[in-house]
Amino acid sequence: MAFSLPPLPYDASALAASGMCQETLELHHGKHHNAYVTALNGLVESKGLSGKSLEQIVAEAGKAGADGLPVLNQAGQHWNHILFWQVMKPNGGGDSLPGKIGAKIDEDFGGLAQFKEAFKQAGVTQFGSGWAWLVMDQSGKLKVTKTPNGANPVSTGEGTPILGADVWEHAYYLDFRNVRPNYLDNFLNKLVNWEKVEELMLNGGLKSGQTA
Amino acid sequence: MTTTTPMLARRGMLAAGATLFATGLFATPRRGLGQSAAPSGPYTLPPLPYAANALEPHIDAATMELHHGKHHAAYVNNLNTALKDHGQLAAMPLEQLLTKIGEAPESVRTALRNNGGGHANHAMFWQIMGGKGGSPSGELAQAIDRDLGGLDKMKSDFNGMGGRVFGSGWVFVTVDQGGKLALASRPNQDTPVMEGQRVLMGNDVWEHAYYLKYNNRRPEYLAAWWNVVDWAKVGERYAAAKAGTLKI
Repeated sequence: MAFSLPPLPYDASALAASGMCQETLELHHGKHHNAYVTALNGLVESKGLSGKSLEQIVAEAGKAGADGLPVLNQAGQHWNHILFWQVMKPNGGGDSLPGKIGAKIDEDFGGLAQFKEAFKQAGVTQFGSGWAWLVMDQSGKLKVTKTPNGANPVSTGEGTPILGADVWEHAYYLDFRNVRPNYLDNFLNKLVNWEKVEELMLNGGLKSGQTA
Repeated sequence: MTTTTPMLARRGMLAAGATLFATGLFATPRRGLGQSAAPSGPYTLPPLPYAANALEPHIDAATMELHHGKHHAAYVNNLNTALKDHGQLAAMPLEQLLTKIGEAPESVRTALRNNGGGHANHAMFWQIMGGKGGSPSGELAQAIDRDLGGLDKMKSDFNGMGGRVFGSGWVFVTVDQGGKLALASRPNQDTPVMEGQRVLMGNDVWEHAYYLKYNNRRPEYLAAWWNVVDWAKVGERYAAAKAGTLKI
C-alpha cells in the first residue's frame, strides 16, 4: 500500500464564510498536504517503512531524534493534516460545546475561555512553522502544547492529539497575513468541529488508517 | 538605484554593514517605518533603501510592505522589549549580542535569539536587494569561481539548499576574513553570525517572504530572487568582510 491524500471532508469553498478562503484550502490540501504524501511515499523503500502504520512511523521517527527528521517531517505533516481537516467544519467553533468535551475542558482548564487563551498562546508562541495542540495525556487529563515543523504529540510522546491548529504561515497568510493571533481566534471561534473533537477524545484519538 | 526613502548613512550601510549598529547610528531613539507604539530601546527599524515596489515583478510591493513594516518591525520591537531590563546586553553591538545568547538570562534567551536573529537577517536582506541581478565582478566573482564552482553552480546549490529548509529559515553565503565563501542554511531566524561567522548574503525562505505571489512554489521564488540581487552591494560587503568591518 501507499500513503494517499484523503479528500477534504467538505467543499474547498465551505469554510470561506468562516475565515478560511477557497484558495487557502485548495493550496493547503491540494499542494502542501499532497506534497507531504508524495515525499513520504518516496521514503518508504529507502527508510524501510513498508507495512508500518502512519502512527507507528511518526512515533518511531520522533524517538530517533535528529536521525528521524527526514521521515518525521513528511510523516508528521501527513498525519497532522489528516487531523486538521477533520477538526474543522463550516460554522464551527462557538461557545456551546457537546456535553462530554465541554465538561472535560471545564474540569481540566477551568472553563472554555481559559482553554482558548492557553491554546492561542501556544500557537502564537510557536516561533516559525509548527502546530498548536489539545492533547489527552497518559493520565487522561487534557492539556495544551505546541510542536515545531512536522512534529506532533505522537512523535514527542506528549499524549494523544484531539485538536490541532496549523501555524505554518501557509495556513493563514492569504486570509490573515502576518496576524497569527487573529487566525487562531478565528479558528477557535468559527472553525473547530467540537463534535469531532469529542469523538476523538472518547475513541482515543485519530486512527488515520494509512499504511506504508 | 534611486533612493526613494530617507536614507540614513547609506554609504556607511553599504560599505560597512552593521558598523552602524556598533557605532550607534541605528541606536538613536528615532521611530523607524512601521514602528508605531514601539517600546523605546536601542534598536530601530532601518528604512527600506528603495521603494516597496522597486523589486516588482519578482517580489511584489504588498509582500515587501508586510515583510518590512510588520515582520521585521515586530522583531525590532520584541528585541527592544527583551532588552528592557538588561542594560549590559542592550549596550552590546548586535553582532556581539548574537554570540552571547547562551550567557544571557534564561528568561530572555529565546526572545534574543529569535528577534535578534530576525533583526540581523532582515537588515542584511534589504541591503543586498534593489539591484537588477546580473553577475558579480572583481574579487567577489573570483571568490565565487574559486570557492563555489562559479556563479551558475552557486545559484543552483544555494537554491537547492533553500528548497530543502523544512519550515521557516534562511539560506546564506558566509564569508570569512580571508575572503573564503561557503553555503549554509539555518532554521527560523538563526544566523551564522551567532557562531561568530559573517554573512555575505542570504535569502529568506519563511513562507511570508513569498506566499502572496508564489504560494507554495518556493523553488520559483528562489530562482526569481536572483533578479533583484544588487551585486555591487554584495561586492561592498565582500570587501568589508575582508577588511574586518562587516558586522551583520
